[in-house]
Amino acid sequence: MSKAEAKPENQFEPKIIAFLCNWCTYAGADLAGTGRKEYQANVRIIKLPCTGGIDPLFLIKAFERGADGILVSGCHPGDCHYNSGNYHARRRWNVFRPLLEFCGINPDRIQFSWISAAEGGKWVETINGIVDAVRELGPFESYQKLNTIGPETSGGAADASSETG
Amino acid sequence: MIEELRKKAEELLKNGTVKVVFGYGEGSVPERTRPVFITKPEDVNKLTWNKYCVYNLTTYLKRQETRKLGKPALILKGCDARTIIVLLKECQIKREDVYIIGVTCDGVGDPLAEKCKACDVHTPLIYDDLVGEKRENKEVPFEERYAELDEYEKLEEKDKWEFWQKQFEKCIKCYACSNICPLCFCDRCIVEKNQPQWIDPSAHPRGNLSWNVTRAYHLAGRCINCEECQRVCPVDIPLNLLNKKLAKEAEKSFDYRPGYNIDDELAMSTYKEDDDEDFFK
Repeated sequence: MSKAEAKPENQFEPKIIAFLCNWCTYAGADLAGTGRKEYQANVRIIKLPCTGGIDPLFLIKAFERGADGILVSGCHPGDCHYNSGNYHARRRWNVFRPLLEFCGINPDRIQFSWISAAEGGKWVETINGIVDAVRELGPFESYQKLNTIGPETSGGAADASSETG
Repeated sequence: MIEELRKKAEELLKNGTVKVVFGYGEGSVPERTRPVFITKPEDVNKLTWNKYCVYNLTTYLKRQETRKLGKPALILKGCDARTIIVLLKECQIKREDVYIIGVTCDGVGDPLAEKCKACDVHTPLIYDDLVGEKRENKEVPFEERYAELDEYEKLEEKDKWEFWQKQFEKCIKCYACSNICPLCFCDRCIVEKNQPQWIDPSAHPRGNLSWNVTRAYHLAGRCINCEECQRVCPVDIPLNLLNKKLAKEAEKSFDYRPGYNIDDELAMSTYKEDDDEDFFK
């Protein structure tokens, strides 16, 4: 459901991939839906059993395949369905996020949050927040433009045209 | 010191404590050494020790070819011995399956290797026998240990991206970095899995970014900074900067440094309820 108000033409619509835990945030998103709450429709949800099962490779892959922003969200600390999955996930993001930042990826493109099954409102706010933030940043061109045919010296036709054109 | 090493190796081989000694031998030129695997007591004269012994011999603990030789004794510097602590902690080896001949060391490489500039393990923290005069392990302050990172962390986001793209673009996916790494020991690496294909196997900029980020991430809270990946890289990517950055974050966030204390929980297999979460919304 995108907002009905007039929106500027040719406005950039970011693609946001959300990795959600089945027990809290997914249910929270569901609640937002049953509550008929409106939020920006730029988000694609991938439901997983637990945030503890999210390999950082998922995030890299999402960027590779054209995501402009990523949200990872799960149960609040202490509420994990599997007791400690979200604590382990938090450790991972504690080191993975600075690594991406070190490589020159804007940390605002990857956001983390805790949203419980009762927080439909927070889900709406979070999604609107990340969509607006990423729209501001623009398309993640630097990543999407990374070619897949080798260094530029190899003279790939597809890339040469986009570079010069 | 060389004599002492040779005597020790000979004794261990003769009395059957170990079947093989992993050590350093003379290389093709005086500025190089090469790993040697001594199985007969009469060969111990091949062993040497000098400032060119930069390699980390623990990487041979993961290789089938060297495992086949039987129980090894390893000649290890302080930094290399830290690997043993991580391997023990990760249940890759048993303490009784390796014999450690520790050597005290004042730094290797010519010019002095980067890893030696902030060394705080001149005397190994774990060994069965120590060769060389015992040195004091002076603590080095946090800032000094990670000083190498400063100039890169200061860069603008765009410059960081450009810098790393320029580096990763050179990568030819030879996987020398993970082959040499003593802590990259999966039988089947993630890059070899193709159902699904997580990391693109050909050497193009997009796949190279995934590979290099993943390789570094898999060493988070584990890398002991032996700099071997960087040394063997045929296209000179400063891989150790990534490792160091992760080590810095692990230390900052979890107050953990791998390979120092065998009683510490592994950083990435444990958690604390009050871990940092400032970046969570």
